Amino acid sequence: MTQVAGVETVACPACDLLQEVPPLAPGAKVRCVRCSETLAEALPDPLDRTLALTLAALVALIVANTMPLMGLEAVGRTASTTIIGGAQEMWLQGRELTAVVVAFCAVVSPSVYLLCMLFLLLAVRRAPAPHWTGQLLRWAESMQPWSMNEVMLLGILVALTRIATLARVIPGIGMYAVGALIVLLAAISVSFDRTEIWRRVEWVDERARRRGTSGTGVTQ
Amino acid sequence: MSEAALTAAHAGLISCQICRLLVRPARADQPGHCPRCGANLTWRRPNSVQRTWAFVIAAAICYIPANLLPVMTTNTLVSSEPDTIISGVIYLYNTGSWPLALIVLIASVMIPLGKLVALVYLLIAVRRRSVANNRERTHLYRIIDLIGRWSMLDVFVDTFVVALVQLQPLMSVEPGPGVPFFMAVVILTMLAAQSFDPRLLWDSHHQQRFAHG
Repeated sequence: MTQVAGVETVACPACDLLQEVPPLAPGAKVRCVRCSETLAEALPDPLDRTLALTLAALVALIVANTMPLMGLEAVGRTASTTIIGGAQEMWLQGRELTAVVVAFCAVVSPSVYLLCMLFLLLAVRRAPAPHWTGQLLRWAESMQPWSMNEVMLLGILVALTRIATLARVIPGIGMYAVGALIVLLAAISVSFDRTEIWRRVEWVDERARRRGTSGTGVTQ
Repeated sequence: MSEAALTAAHAGLISCQICRLLVRPARADQPGHCPRCGANLTWRRPNSVQRTWAFVIAAAICYIPANLLPVMTTNTLVSSEPDTIISGVIYLYNTGSWPLALIVLIASVMIPLGKLVALVYLLIAVRRRSVANNRERTHLYRIIDLIGRWSMLDVFVDTFVVALVQLQPLMSVEPGPGVPFFMAVVILTMLAAQSFDPRLLWDSHHQQRFAHG
């Protein structure tokens, strides 16, 4: 393969077609000519902006998990719940598996995701980043599909509507924090550029980096 | 799109499934590890077709009890009323919130069923090596992968209704046996989508040796 400076050969992750991606202007996006999968995107300031959003999201996460989501008032009695309180009640009612999955999707996944993002974004500030940064990125990305705060918020709204016919429901501070968390998580996934991380990470096999042409590795 | 379109596999290159580095393995039958991230290199997701079938069949089996068994039971002093997913939708509709009823109907009933049908369609397309409409099929796969998580909606609804309505002995809601089955459907269809490799759809273009790799 002949290489022009700055041109990178990539294989489309959805259809495996080899294509050459030229250097992109900020904000530009390249799609696969065959299946229209996004191949590359030039995001403005993908690391610092994402780091700021991650810090904000961590604050929202803490508030969302410690403050009550909502309270309920019926026949002179009151009750309130937090996110983890919901999972706990499921456990007490004998649905341990459901409790574990709810806790995982609502609390564990977003927490692990945000913590991995925080440490990896701090680690890549100095290139070359240690190769465990790549491991953190793998963990963060494997958590992403299971982190379901936006699904949970919609679930809470439906639950409130169902209960509203039985009792008076008061939304709590936790609910607003969940709303903020969802917006911040969406902003993180839009502003983050995984390719930029891999560009900065130290290779497991540094000799292969020197052997290969730009962007292409060779195994022995 | 010409038949001569060159894929990475055709050129003897593997795109690392983790960091997407293009690697030329020294031996095609033992690609080894990615020199950048250290992940195992594979031409296609391992046993993609078999794994996806297994998850789809398991999910289809769980889909039946998930819809027939109650997901919650409302107990008051005088009555005890079980609710399935569908009766929950009807309840929401009758109390005047048809938009929410529609959302729950789509997320809990239509998305899981649609995902199962779509995955079977994609698996059959790979098996028959049909390449017509591959662009649309890849797009369909992308949609399946994106919306799958929304089916978890009903599990959260049940959880928070149960967590809040514990005003014993006047009124309480307990979770029903349908919830774990429903959860299994959502998780299994998500795993099915993650196991499927959309590149298999395109491999028939080249009659490659990797079609079932």
